[in-house]
Amino acid sequence: MTDLSLTAAKRASRRRWILLAPALILLVFAASGPLLITVIFSLLTPGDYGGVVWKFSTDGWFGVFAQRDIFDGTFGWSDAHLSIFWRSVKLSLITTVACLFFGVPTAYFIATRPKKQRGFWMLLIIIPFWTNLLIRTFAILELIRNEGTVNSLLIWAGVIDAPIQILYTEFSIILGMVYVYLPLMVLPVYASMERFDFSLVEAAYDLYATRFRVLRRVILPLVKPGIVAGSILVFVPSLGAYVTPRVMGGGNQLMLGNLIELQFGQGRNWPLGAALSMTLLAIVMVALIVYVRAAGNEEVQHG
Amino acid sequence: MTTAISARSLRKVYPGTPPVEALAGADLDIQDNEFFTLLGPSGCGKTTLLRMIAGFEHPTSGSLDMFGASLLDLPPYKRPINTVFQSYALFPHLTVSQNIAFGLEMLGKPKTEIKETVAQMVDLVQMSELADRQTGQISGGQQQRVALARALAPKPRVLLLDEPLSALDFKLRKEMQLELKRLQTETGITFIFVTHDQEEALTMSDRIAVMNAGSIRQIGAPRDIYDHPAERFVADFIGDTNFLSAQITSSNADRARVDLSSGESTSARLPEGGARDGQVTLAIRPEHAKLVMPDDGLLRGTLENIVYFGTDTHIHLRLTDGTPFTLRQQNNSETELQFAKGDTAGIRFAPDVAQVLKD
Repeated sequence: MTDLSLTAAKRASRRRWILLAPALILLVFAASGPLLITVIFSLLTPGDYGGVVWKFSTDGWFGVFAQRDIFDGTFGWSDAHLSIFWRSVKLSLITTVACLFFGVPTAYFIATRPKKQRGFWMLLIIIPFWTNLLIRTFAILELIRNEGTVNSLLIWAGVIDAPIQILYTEFSIILGMVYVYLPLMVLPVYASMERFDFSLVEAAYDLYATRFRVLRRVILPLVKPGIVAGSILVFVPSLGAYVTPRVMGGGNQLMLGNLIELQFGQGRNWPLGAALSMTLLAIVMVALIVYVRAAGNEEVQHG
Repeated sequence: MTTAISARSLRKVYPGTPPVEALAGADLDIQDNEFFTLLGPSGCGKTTLLRMIAGFEHPTSGSLDMFGASLLDLPPYKRPINTVFQSYALFPHLTVSQNIAFGLEMLGKPKTEIKETVAQMVDLVQMSELADRQTGQISGGQQQRVALARALAPKPRVLLLDEPLSALDFKLRKEMQLELKRLQTETGITFIFVTHDQEEALTMSDRIAVMNAGSIRQIGAPRDIYDHPAERFVADFIGDTNFLSAQITSSNADRARVDLSSGESTSARLPEGGARDGQVTLAIRPEHAKLVMPDDGLLRGTLENIVYFGTDTHIHLRLTDGTPFTLRQQNNSETELQFAKGDTAGIRFAPDVAQVLKD
């Protein structure tokens, strides 16, 4: 009796492990493993031609925030890095807000179309995903460069005499990132709006709520999960964006992603690159915690 | 008596190919403090009419007044009218009491007054114990009560109810019918109730407007409409009816002498504005006729089927001219059916229970 139930329990436990295996393998090899390697690399000494030397050092982490003055050897804040951090956070925030500004009405528009037409509108949103990111970015570059379509048209129309410098500015980076990440905002917001019961809007109108109040008291609280998800989906990759700032910023408007790439490439300072990566991760986590907490609190107030 | 809602030639056409005429010129006066029901099959325009009164739809033409002032330029949030929606449309992110307080908050009532009114309303619909629940955590019947309390809380002049009982099960529906009637009497608010359920309409309403294909066919008290349907559609839609063809031989103000297909003659009521002579159709309710010996009947027929329903028995006959006829007999200890399937029997009904139809 006991033997039998024992083998049954063993078999059940083995089956559990087998079923868990794909998830575990993915976690170990794709998430925890690389992360662990990055942490270890950030605590080693850079090799002369890239790579790392297996010697413990905190120089990598030190270099994230501080720098040694080349003349008198004293330490000071690393202004270059801090300004890059600041620019990354700022541009990502602006990108997120801009995506909200354009994405929420877009999602609302699609969600309020007749059911048959929604697929078509969603298709238009998703089509850019089918093309390579680099190609799309270069396409925008072609539009806004000094001899590009926009400037040529404006000159031809006589609005301006000389081309406006759009490319290689923070604006062009934001433009590129909003273009690339907008679908990531539209999709989750649309998903929550599609489930939204529009008879609630009528109910609110009926109960003396003006248009603005309907939006604030009924629609926004109910589609907030979508807005939160969309904001996270846009903000996180924006913060680590690499291709768009590289192409649209022309190399003089570095963001965190470019700085990290620089350390693993020309900089040949892998520990610093690894430490910067961990810093990026930390910024993302702090931002997410703050954001989700704030979003949650508001809900409690409403109620 | 004051008129609460007054509609004149109210018309609504939805654009399209071809355009759909949802409401074809409705004329209607609903009195203050009245329980008024719009009754009709789906697609008859009753919901369109209700949504126009609420302000969700704008009429294509016609006028719509409330206590003498036009409603047409007012958006829904400026009309002192509240709606109980078919789907209830409770706000899922708010609790029961917050739902009920919503309208009052939007009206900018002081906090203490809101609290008081909400407490009253919660009490009125017997939901005090569940006041702090989320609306997703309560049953359908309870949601229905909350929707009702939410619509009543701002003390509207007129309350619109869009098939609010259709999602409830039979027993709960019976309870809520009585409850609604009680609330209407207690609050003195004009109720405009939309339903496709004729029984619901008959039990609750002061007056009923029967609608079909975008127009109002007949308006009257439940008893009027049931006993004296003006046309075939009304007679058929409300209750069961037997249709007989007959010939008017003479008529005065509201009565006519008619010859039945059997050759016998009887007296029937005339509808307002209907035919006064010639070939007409009569409507006779199954419970207004009774079975008698073949020779005593106004009509004669063969019993084709006898169906026992507990409280009453339905007897299906075929008349000698081939028309089907149904008879309903109440079952009690004294009534015993003397006929069996296949027998020939006579059918009798009192003078004036037969109603001449307009069409």
